[in-house]
Amino acid sequence: MTKYAIFLGCTIPARQPNYELSARKTLEKLGVELVDLDDLTCCCPPPIQSINLESSQTIAAYNICLAEEAGLDIVALCNGCFESLAMANAALKKDKELKAHINEVLAKVGKEFKGTIEVKHFLQVLLDDIGLEKIKESVVKPLSSLKVAPFYGCHSLRPSKLLQFDDPERPQIFENLLEALGAQPLEYRNKLKCCGGLLKGISDDTALSLAREKLANTSKAGADCISTLCPFCFVALDIGQIQVKSKFNEVYDMPILHYSELIALALGVDPNELALRSHKVKADKVLEKIA
Amino acid sequence: MPPHNTKETANMAFSAEVTCRHGGETLTSCYQCGTCASSCPVARLDSRFNPREILKLSLLGEKEEVLSGAAIWLCTSCFNCQERCPQDVEIADVIYALRNIAIEAGHSPNIYADFGAALVADGRIVAISKFVEKKREEYGLPPLKPVGVEALNKILTATGFTKPEKTEASQ
Repeated sequence: MTKYAIFLGCTIPARQPNYELSARKTLEKLGVELVDLDDLTCCCPPPIQSINLESSQTIAAYNICLAEEAGLDIVALCNGCFESLAMANAALKKDKELKAHINEVLAKVGKEFKGTIEVKHFLQVLLDDIGLEKIKESVVKPLSSLKVAPFYGCHSLRPSKLLQFDDPERPQIFENLLEALGAQPLEYRNKLKCCGGLLKGISDDTALSLAREKLANTSKAGADCISTLCPFCFVALDIGQIQVKSKFNEVYDMPILHYSELIALALGVDPNELALRSHKVKADKVLEKIA
Repeated sequence: MPPHNTKETANMAFSAEVTCRHGGETLTSCYQCGTCASSCPVARLDSRFNPREILKLSLLGEKEEVLSGAAIWLCTSCFNCQERCPQDVEIADVIYALRNIAIEAGHSPNIYADFGAALVADGRIVAISKFVEKKREEYGLPPLKPVGVEALNKILTATGFTKPEKTEASQ
Protein backbone atom coordinates (compact mmCIF):
# COMPACT_ATOMS: atom_id res chain seq x y z
CA MET A 1 0.00 0.00 0.00
CA THR A 2 1.22 3.48 -0.85
CA LYS A 3 2.02 5.42 2.29
CA TYR A 4 2.85 9.12 2.79
CA ALA A 5 3.57 11.53 5.62
CA ILE A 6 0.89 14.20 5.27
CA PHE A 7 2.10 17.79 5.67
CA LEU A 8 -0.86 19.96 6.69
CA GLY A 9 0.95 23.24 7.36
CA CYS A 10 -0.69 26.11 9.25
CA THR A 11 -3.59 27.45 7.21
CA ILE A 12 -5.37 24.23 6.28
CA PRO A 13 -5.90 22.85 9.82
CA ALA A 14 -6.72 26.33 11.15
CA ARG A 15 -9.12 27.47 8.44
CA GLN A 16 -9.88 24.94 5.71
CA PRO A 17 -11.37 21.71 6.99
CA ASN A 18 -12.93 21.43 3.51
CA TYR A 19 -9.47 20.91 1.96
CA GLU A 20 -8.20 18.49 4.59
CA LEU A 21 -11.38 16.39 4.75
CA SER A 22 -11.73 16.03 0.99
CA ALA A 23 -8.03 15.21 0.51
CA ARG A 24 -7.99 12.61 3.28
CA LYS A 25 -11.19 10.95 2.04
CA THR A 26 -9.95 10.93 -1.56
CA LEU A 27 -6.60 9.36 -0.74
CA GLU A 28 -8.24 6.83 1.56
CA LYS A 29 -10.64 5.78 -1.20
CA LEU A 30 -7.75 5.44 -3.66
CA GLY A 31 -5.71 3.31 -1.30
CA VAL A 32 -3.12 5.81 -0.06
CA GLU A 33 -2.34 5.59 3.64
CA LEU A 34 -1.52 8.87 5.40
CA VAL A 35 0.66 9.18 8.50
CA ASP A 36 0.50 12.25 10.76
CA LEU A 37 4.01 12.82 12.13
CA ASP A 38 4.86 14.39 15.50
CA ASP A 39 6.88 17.62 15.79
CA LEU A 40 6.37 19.05 12.30
CA THR A 41 6.30 22.87 12.21
CA CYS A 42 5.38 25.69 9.85
CA CYS A 43 7.04 25.06 6.46
CA CYS A 44 8.36 28.67 6.46
CA PRO A 45 6.65 30.01 3.31
CA PRO A 46 7.38 33.34 1.52
CA PRO A 47 6.42 35.64 4.44
CA ILE A 48 8.97 33.88 6.67
CA GLN A 49 11.51 33.59 3.83
CA SER A 50 11.15 37.37 3.58
CA ILE A 51 12.32 37.67 7.20
CA ASN A 52 15.20 35.20 6.95
CA LEU A 53 15.77 32.94 3.97
CA GLU A 54 18.40 30.83 5.69
CA SER A 55 16.27 30.18 8.80
CA SER A 56 13.39 29.22 6.53
CA GLN A 57 15.40 26.78 4.45
CA THR A 58 16.84 25.16 7.57
CA ILE A 59 13.40 24.72 9.14
CA ALA A 60 12.08 23.24 5.91
CA ALA A 61 15.02 20.81 6.01
CA TYR A 62 14.23 19.98 9.66
CA ASN A 63 10.69 18.96 8.64
CA ILE A 64 12.05 16.83 5.81
CA CYS A 65 14.36 15.11 8.34
CA LEU A 66 11.32 14.00 10.36
CA ALA A 67 9.88 12.28 7.29
CA GLU A 68 13.27 10.78 6.44
CA GLU A 69 13.46 9.26 9.93
CA ALA A 70 10.01 7.74 9.40
CA GLY A 71 11.09 6.46 5.98
CA LEU A 72 8.20 8.21 4.25
CA ASP A 73 7.79 10.59 1.31
CA ILE A 74 5.81 13.76 2.05
CA VAL A 75 2.52 14.77 0.47
CA ALA A 76 1.73 18.48 0.83
CA LEU A 77 -1.74 19.85 0.17
CA CYS A 78 -0.91 23.56 0.29
CA ASN A 79 1.08 25.09 -2.60
CA GLY A 80 3.04 27.15 -0.06
CA CYS A 81 4.09 24.11 1.96
CA PHE A 82 4.86 22.18 -1.22
CA GLU A 83 7.06 24.99 -2.52
CA SER A 84 8.98 25.58 0.72
CA LEU A 85 9.68 21.91 1.33
CA ALA A 86 10.27 20.81 -2.28
CA MET A 87 12.58 23.78 -2.92
CA ALA A 88 14.67 23.02 0.15
CA ASN A 89 14.70 19.31 -0.67
CA ALA A 90 15.87 19.90 -4.24
CA ALA A 91 18.41 22.60 -3.32
CA LEU A 92 20.00 20.51 -0.58
CA LYS A 93 20.12 17.37 -2.71
CA LYS A 94 21.85 19.34 -5.46
CA ASP A 95 24.30 21.49 -3.47
CA LYS A 96 26.68 19.60 -1.19
CA GLU A 97 28.13 22.77 0.32
CA LEU A 98 24.71 24.10 1.23
CA LYS A 99 23.74 20.72 2.65
CA ALA A 100 26.86 20.63 4.85
CA HIS A 101 26.13 24.15 6.10
CA ILE A 102 22.47 23.42 6.90
CA ASN A 103 23.44 20.13 8.56
CA GLU A 104 25.75 22.01 10.94
CA VAL A 105 22.70 23.87 12.23
CA LEU A 106 20.46 20.79 12.19
CA ALA A 107 23.00 18.93 14.36
CA LYS A 108 22.01 21.31 17.18
CA VAL A 109 18.53 19.77 17.17
CA GLY A 110 19.81 16.23 16.62
CA LYS A 111 18.91 16.05 12.92
CA GLU A 112 20.75 15.41 9.68
CA PHE A 113 19.39 16.00 6.19
CA LYS A 114 20.23 12.93 4.13
CA GLY A 115 18.26 13.47 0.93
CA THR A 116 16.42 10.16 0.97
CA ILE A 117 12.80 11.19 0.41
CA GLU A 118 10.60 13.01 -2.11
CA VAL A 119 8.28 15.92 -1.43
CA LYS A 120 5.16 15.73 -3.57
CA HIS A 121 2.13 17.88 -4.15
CA PHE A 122 -1.29 16.23 -3.68
CA LEU A 123 -1.78 16.35 -7.47
CA GLN A 124 1.51 14.57 -8.13
CA VAL A 125 0.51 11.74 -5.80
CA LEU A 126 -2.76 11.36 -7.71
CA LEU A 127 -0.98 11.36 -11.06
CA ASP A 128 2.16 9.33 -10.23
CA ASP A 129 0.90 6.85 -7.65
CA ILE A 130 -2.72 6.37 -8.68
CA GLY A 131 -2.68 7.35 -12.34
CA LEU A 132 -5.33 8.79 -14.64
CA GLU A 133 -6.69 5.37 -15.68
CA LYS A 134 -7.38 4.22 -12.14
CA ILE A 135 -8.92 7.57 -11.26
CA LYS A 136 -11.23 7.32 -14.31
CA GLU A 137 -12.24 3.80 -13.26
CA SER A 138 -12.92 4.96 -9.70
CA VAL A 139 -15.27 7.79 -10.68
CA VAL A 140 -18.86 6.93 -9.74
CA LYS A 141 -20.33 10.39 -10.24
CA PRO A 142 -18.79 11.89 -13.40
CA LEU A 143 -18.66 15.69 -13.47
CA SER A 144 -19.65 15.57 -17.14
CA SER A 145 -21.65 18.76 -17.36
CA LEU A 146 -19.18 20.82 -15.36
CA LYS A 147 -17.01 23.56 -16.90
CA VAL A 148 -14.11 24.11 -14.57
CA ALA A 149 -11.50 26.88 -14.62
CA PRO A 150 -8.33 25.32 -13.20
CA PHE A 151 -6.30 27.76 -11.11
CA TYR A 152 -2.82 26.40 -10.47
CA GLY A 153 -1.57 29.21 -8.23
CA CYS A 154 2.10 30.14 -8.25
CA HIS A 155 3.87 27.78 -5.93
CA SER A 156 2.83 24.51 -7.47
CA LEU A 157 4.57 25.52 -10.71
CA ARG A 158 7.32 27.99 -9.88
CA PRO A 159 10.29 28.04 -9.48
CA SER A 160 10.10 25.15 -11.94
CA LYS A 161 13.82 24.33 -11.86
CA LEU A 162 13.48 23.19 -8.27
CA LEU A 163 9.83 22.10 -8.10
CA GLN A 164 9.66 20.02 -11.32
CA PHE A 165 5.87 19.97 -11.09
CA ASP A 166 4.99 20.62 -14.73
CA ASP A 167 5.86 22.93 -17.64
CA PRO A 168 5.61 26.38 -15.96
CA GLU A 169 4.22 28.07 -19.08
CA ARG A 170 1.95 25.29 -20.42
CA PRO A 171 1.09 22.96 -17.58
CA GLN A 172 -1.34 20.06 -18.20
CA ILE A 173 -1.49 18.08 -14.94
CA PHE A 174 -4.53 19.89 -13.58
CA GLU A 175 -6.44 19.77 -16.89
CA ASN A 176 -5.74 16.04 -17.26
CA LEU A 177 -6.91 15.34 -13.73
CA LEU A 178 -10.10 17.33 -14.31
CA GLU A 179 -10.80 15.42 -17.52
CA ALA A 180 -10.31 12.16 -15.63
CA LEU A 181 -13.33 13.18 -13.52
CA GLY A 182 -15.36 13.85 -16.67
CA ALA A 183 -15.19 17.63 -16.21
CA GLN A 184 -14.36 20.11 -18.96
CA PRO A 185 -11.29 22.24 -18.12
CA LEU A 186 -11.42 25.79 -19.52
CA GLU A 187 -8.77 28.12 -20.87
CA TYR A 188 -8.96 31.73 -19.71
CA ARG A 189 -6.87 34.86 -19.64
CA ASN A 190 -4.11 35.15 -17.01
CA LYS A 191 -4.71 31.57 -15.89
CA LEU A 192 -1.16 31.23 -14.56
CA LYS A 193 -0.92 34.62 -12.84
CA CYS A 194 -0.95 35.19 -9.08
CA CYS A 195 -4.16 35.32 -6.97
CA GLY A 196 -2.78 38.23 -4.94
CA GLY A 197 -3.02 36.32 -1.67
CA LEU A 198 0.47 37.16 -0.48
CA LEU A 199 -0.14 40.91 -0.76
CA LYS A 200 -2.95 40.84 1.80
CA GLY A 201 -2.07 43.05 4.74
CA ILE A 202 0.59 44.77 2.62
CA SER A 203 -1.44 46.22 -0.23
CA ASP A 204 -5.05 45.05 0.03
CA ASP A 205 -6.12 47.01 -3.05
CA THR A 206 -3.55 45.39 -5.34
CA ALA A 207 -4.29 41.98 -3.82
CA LEU A 208 -7.99 42.40 -4.55
CA SER A 209 -7.35 43.64 -8.11
CA LEU A 210 -5.46 40.43 -8.85
CA ALA A 211 -8.28 38.27 -7.49
CA ARG A 212 -10.90 40.35 -9.30
CA GLU A 213 -9.31 39.85 -12.72
CA LYS A 214 -9.37 36.05 -12.20
CA LEU A 215 -13.06 36.21 -11.30
CA ALA A 216 -13.82 38.37 -14.34
CA ASN A 217 -11.81 36.21 -16.74
CA THR A 218 -13.21 32.87 -15.56
CA SER A 219 -16.77 34.23 -15.66
CA LYS A 220 -16.22 35.45 -19.19
CA ALA A 221 -14.94 32.00 -20.16
CA GLY A 222 -18.23 30.50 -18.90
CA ALA A 223 -16.89 28.61 -15.88
CA ASP A 224 -19.30 26.89 -13.49
CA CYS A 225 -16.60 27.05 -10.84
CA ILE A 226 -12.92 27.75 -10.28
CA SER A 227 -10.84 24.91 -8.93
CA THR A 228 -7.84 25.63 -6.69
CA LEU A 229 -4.86 23.75 -5.26
CA CYS A 230 -3.86 26.15 -2.50
CA PRO A 231 -5.59 27.52 0.61
CA PHE A 232 -4.38 31.07 -0.13
CA CYS A 233 -5.78 31.05 -3.66
CA PHE A 234 -9.03 29.64 -2.27
CA VAL A 235 -9.41 32.47 0.26
CA ALA A 236 -8.37 35.15 -2.23
CA LEU A 237 -11.05 34.01 -4.68
CA ASP A 238 -13.78 32.90 -2.25
CA ILE A 239 -13.77 35.60 0.46
CA GLY A 240 -12.39 37.92 -2.23
CA GLN A 241 -15.83 37.87 -3.90
CA ILE A 242 -17.40 39.46 -0.82
CA GLN A 243 -14.81 42.24 -0.97
CA VAL A 244 -15.19 42.67 -4.73
CA LYS A 245 -18.93 43.02 -4.21
CA SER A 246 -18.64 45.70 -1.55
CA LYS A 247 -15.85 47.63 -3.28
CA PHE A 248 -16.83 47.38 -6.95
CA ASN A 249 -20.47 46.33 -6.70
CA GLU A 250 -19.71 43.30 -8.88
CA VAL A 251 -21.36 39.96 -8.14
CA TYR A 252 -19.73 36.87 -9.61
CA ASP A 253 -21.36 34.13 -7.51
CA MET A 254 -18.51 31.86 -8.62
CA PRO A 255 -18.08 28.76 -6.43
CA ILE A 256 -14.44 27.96 -5.62
CA LEU A 257 -13.67 24.28 -5.06
CA HIS A 258 -10.33 22.73 -4.32
CA TYR A 259 -9.48 19.92 -6.73
CA SER A 260 -9.64 17.61 -3.72
CA GLU A 261 -13.31 18.51 -3.27
CA LEU A 262 -14.17 17.89 -6.93
CA ILE A 263 -12.47 14.50 -6.97
CA ALA A 264 -14.04 13.50 -3.64
CA LEU A 265 -17.48 14.31 -5.09
CA ALA A 266 -16.70 12.38 -8.27
CA LEU A 267 -15.55 9.40 -6.23
CA GLY A 268 -18.94 9.38 -4.53
CA VAL A 269 -18.17 10.96 -1.16
CA ASP A 270 -21.38 12.37 0.38
CA PRO A 271 -21.30 16.18 -0.02
CA ASN A 272 -22.54 16.46 3.57
CA GLU A 273 -19.27 14.93 4.75
CA LEU A 274 -17.12 17.55 3.02
CA ALA A 275 -17.52 20.75 5.08
CA LEU A 276 -18.76 22.54 1.95
CA ARG A 277 -20.64 24.90 4.27
CA SER A 278 -17.33 26.54 5.14
CA HIS A 279 -17.25 28.11 1.66
CA LYS A 280 -18.37 31.76 1.56
CA VAL A 281 -19.71 31.34 -1.98
CA LYS A 282 -21.88 28.25 -1.69
CA ALA A 283 -21.19 25.30 -3.95
CA ASP A 284 -24.90 24.47 -4.41
CA LYS A 285 -24.90 25.33 -8.13
CA VAL A 286 -22.09 22.86 -8.68
CA LEU A 287 -23.81 20.14 -6.65
CA GLU A 288 -27.03 20.62 -8.64
CA LYS A 289 -25.16 20.34 -11.94
CA ILE A 290 -23.52 17.05 -11.03
CA ALA A 291 -26.53 15.53 -9.21
CA MET B 1 27.44 30.06 3.07
CA PRO B 2 28.79 33.58 2.44
CA PRO B 3 29.45 35.94 5.35
CA HIS B 4 26.87 38.61 5.99
CA ASN B 5 27.44 40.19 9.35
CA THR B 6 27.06 43.94 9.43
CA LYS B 7 30.68 44.68 10.36
CA GLU B 8 31.94 42.98 7.22
CA THR B 9 29.34 44.54 4.97
CA ALA B 10 29.32 48.11 6.34
CA ASN B 11 31.84 49.43 3.83
CA MET B 12 30.90 47.26 0.86
CA ALA B 13 29.14 48.52 -2.22
CA PHE B 14 25.46 47.75 -1.73
CA SER B 15 25.35 45.36 -4.70
CA ALA B 16 28.22 43.39 -3.13
CA GLU B 17 26.35 43.32 0.17
CA VAL B 18 23.33 41.85 -1.62
CA THR B 19 25.29 39.28 -3.63
CA CYS B 20 26.95 37.85 -0.53
CA ARG B 21 23.52 37.21 1.01
CA HIS B 22 21.59 34.00 0.67
CA GLY B 23 19.27 34.56 -2.33
CA GLY B 24 21.08 37.67 -3.58
CA GLU B 25 23.94 35.93 -5.41
CA THR B 26 22.73 36.56 -8.97
CA LEU B 27 21.94 40.31 -8.75
CA THR B 28 24.92 41.49 -10.78
CA SER B 29 24.00 39.40 -13.84
CA CYS B 30 21.09 41.76 -14.53
CA TYR B 31 21.44 43.72 -17.78
CA GLN B 32 18.16 45.60 -17.42
CA CYS B 33 16.25 44.03 -20.33
CA GLY B 34 12.90 44.37 -18.58
CA THR B 35 11.62 40.83 -19.17
CA CYS B 36 10.87 40.73 -15.43
CA ALA B 37 8.74 43.86 -15.49
CA SER B 38 6.77 42.67 -18.51
CA SER B 39 6.10 39.29 -16.83
CA CYS B 40 5.07 40.79 -13.49
CA PRO B 41 1.39 40.59 -12.51
CA VAL B 42 1.80 43.40 -9.96
CA ALA B 43 3.69 45.90 -12.12
CA ARG B 44 0.67 46.02 -14.48
CA LEU B 45 -1.60 47.09 -11.63
CA ASP B 46 0.51 49.01 -9.14
CA SER B 47 2.85 51.77 -10.28
CA ARG B 48 4.87 51.55 -7.05
CA PHE B 49 6.29 48.18 -8.09
CA ASN B 50 8.66 47.33 -10.91
CA PRO B 51 11.18 44.51 -10.42
CA ARG B 52 13.60 45.92 -12.99
CA GLU B 53 13.65 49.23 -11.11
CA ILE B 54 14.42 47.45 -7.80
CA LEU B 55 17.36 45.65 -9.42
CA LYS B 56 18.59 48.86 -11.03
CA LEU B 57 18.51 50.83 -7.77
CA SER B 58 20.25 47.96 -5.98
CA LEU B 59 22.98 47.84 -8.63
CA LEU B 60 23.41 51.61 -8.42
CA GLY B 61 23.85 51.44 -4.65
CA GLU B 62 20.67 53.31 -3.70
CA LYS B 63 20.54 51.40 -0.44
CA GLU B 64 18.28 53.68 1.58
CA GLU B 65 15.71 54.06 -1.17
CA VAL B 66 15.56 50.30 -1.72
CA LEU B 67 15.45 49.27 1.94
CA SER B 68 13.10 51.90 3.34
CA GLY B 69 10.75 52.18 0.36
CA ALA B 70 7.45 50.35 -0.20
CA ALA B 71 8.49 48.61 -3.42
CA ILE B 72 10.35 45.52 -2.18
CA TRP B 73 7.28 44.50 -0.13
CA LEU B 74 4.94 44.49 -3.15
CA CYS B 75 6.43 41.41 -4.81
CA THR B 76 4.00 38.47 -4.55
CA SER B 77 6.86 35.95 -4.88
CA CYS B 78 5.04 34.46 -7.89
CA PHE B 79 8.36 33.69 -9.64
CA ASN B 80 7.10 34.59 -13.13
CA CYS B 81 10.06 36.93 -13.61
CA GLN B 82 12.54 34.39 -12.33
CA GLU B 83 11.24 31.75 -14.76
CA ARG B 84 11.74 34.06 -17.71
CA CYS B 85 14.93 35.97 -16.90
CA PRO B 86 17.35 35.41 -19.83
CA GLN B 87 20.29 36.06 -17.48
CA ASP B 88 19.14 33.58 -14.83
CA VAL B 89 18.86 36.33 -12.25
CA GLU B 90 16.91 34.80 -9.39
CA ILE B 91 14.84 37.94 -9.03
CA ALA B 92 12.32 36.77 -6.43
CA ASP B 93 15.20 35.41 -4.35
CA VAL B 94 17.10 38.70 -4.70
CA ILE B 95 13.99 40.43 -3.35
CA TYR B 96 13.97 37.99 -0.40
CA ALA B 97 17.61 38.95 0.25
CA LEU B 98 16.69 42.65 0.12
CA ARG B 99 13.80 42.06 2.54
CA ASN B 100 16.10 40.11 4.87
CA ILE B 101 18.52 43.07 4.93
CA ALA B 102 15.67 45.59 5.34
CA ILE B 103 14.22 43.70 8.30
CA GLU B 104 17.60 43.63 10.03
CA ALA B 105 17.74 47.40 9.48
CA GLY B 106 14.31 47.77 11.12
CA HIS B 107 12.14 48.29 8.02
CA SER B 108 9.11 46.11 7.26
CA PRO B 109 5.34 46.31 7.00
CA ASN B 110 3.81 45.53 10.39
CA ILE B 111 2.26 42.25 9.25
CA TYR B 112 5.73 40.67 9.34
CA ALA B 113 5.94 41.32 13.08
CA ASP B 114 2.76 39.24 13.44
CA PHE B 115 4.17 36.41 11.31
CA GLY B 116 7.46 36.42 13.22
CA ALA B 117 5.80 36.51 16.65
CA ALA B 118 3.40 33.66 15.79
CA LEU B 119 6.21 31.51 14.40
CA VAL B 120 8.35 31.94 17.53
CA ALA B 121 5.45 31.38 19.94
CA ASP B 122 3.59 28.49 18.30
CA GLY B 123 5.79 27.15 15.51
CA ARG B 124 2.85 28.05 13.23
CA ILE B 125 1.95 31.30 11.53
CA VAL B 126 -1.80 30.73 11.93
CA ALA B 127 -2.94 29.88 15.46
CA ILE B 128 -5.12 26.86 16.21
CA SER B 129 -7.98 27.78 18.55
CA LYS B 130 -9.80 25.47 20.95
CA PHE B 131 -12.84 25.99 18.72
CA VAL B 132 -10.95 24.65 15.70
CA GLU B 133 -9.75 21.62 17.64
CA LYS B 134 -13.33 20.85 18.71
CA LYS B 135 -14.57 21.29 15.14
CA ARG B 136 -11.97 18.79 13.91
CA GLU B 137 -13.49 16.20 16.18
CA GLU B 138 -16.97 16.91 14.82
CA TYR B 139 -15.70 16.54 11.25
CA GLY B 140 -13.99 13.28 12.14
CA LEU B 141 -10.52 14.68 11.49
CA PRO B 142 -7.67 13.22 13.58
CA PRO B 143 -6.35 15.33 16.49
CA LEU B 144 -3.42 17.57 15.56
CA LYS B 145 0.03 16.32 16.51
CA PRO B 146 2.37 18.36 18.74
CA VAL B 147 4.45 21.02 16.97
CA GLY B 148 8.27 21.05 17.22
CA VAL B 149 8.41 24.59 18.64
CA GLU B 150 11.53 23.99 20.68
CA ALA B 151 13.60 22.67 17.76
CA LEU B 152 12.27 25.47 15.57
CA ASN B 153 13.40 28.13 18.05
CA LYS B 154 16.85 26.60 18.37
CA ILE B 155 17.16 26.77 14.57
CA LEU B 156 15.93 30.37 14.49
CA THR B 157 18.57 31.36 17.07
CA ALA B 158 21.35 29.46 15.31
CA THR B 159 20.53 31.11 11.96
CA GLY B 160 20.34 34.67 13.31
CA PHE B 161 16.59 35.14 12.86
CA THR B 162 15.61 38.73 13.69
CA LYS B 163 12.01 39.01 14.85
CA PRO B 164 10.58 42.03 12.98
CA GLU B 165 9.25 44.83 15.21
CA LYS B 166 6.17 46.92 14.56
CA THR B 167 6.93 50.51 13.70
CA GLU B 168 4.67 53.56 13.77
CA ALA B 169 5.77 54.57 10.29
CA SER B 170 4.31 51.46 8.69
CA GLN B 171 1.08 51.40 10.72
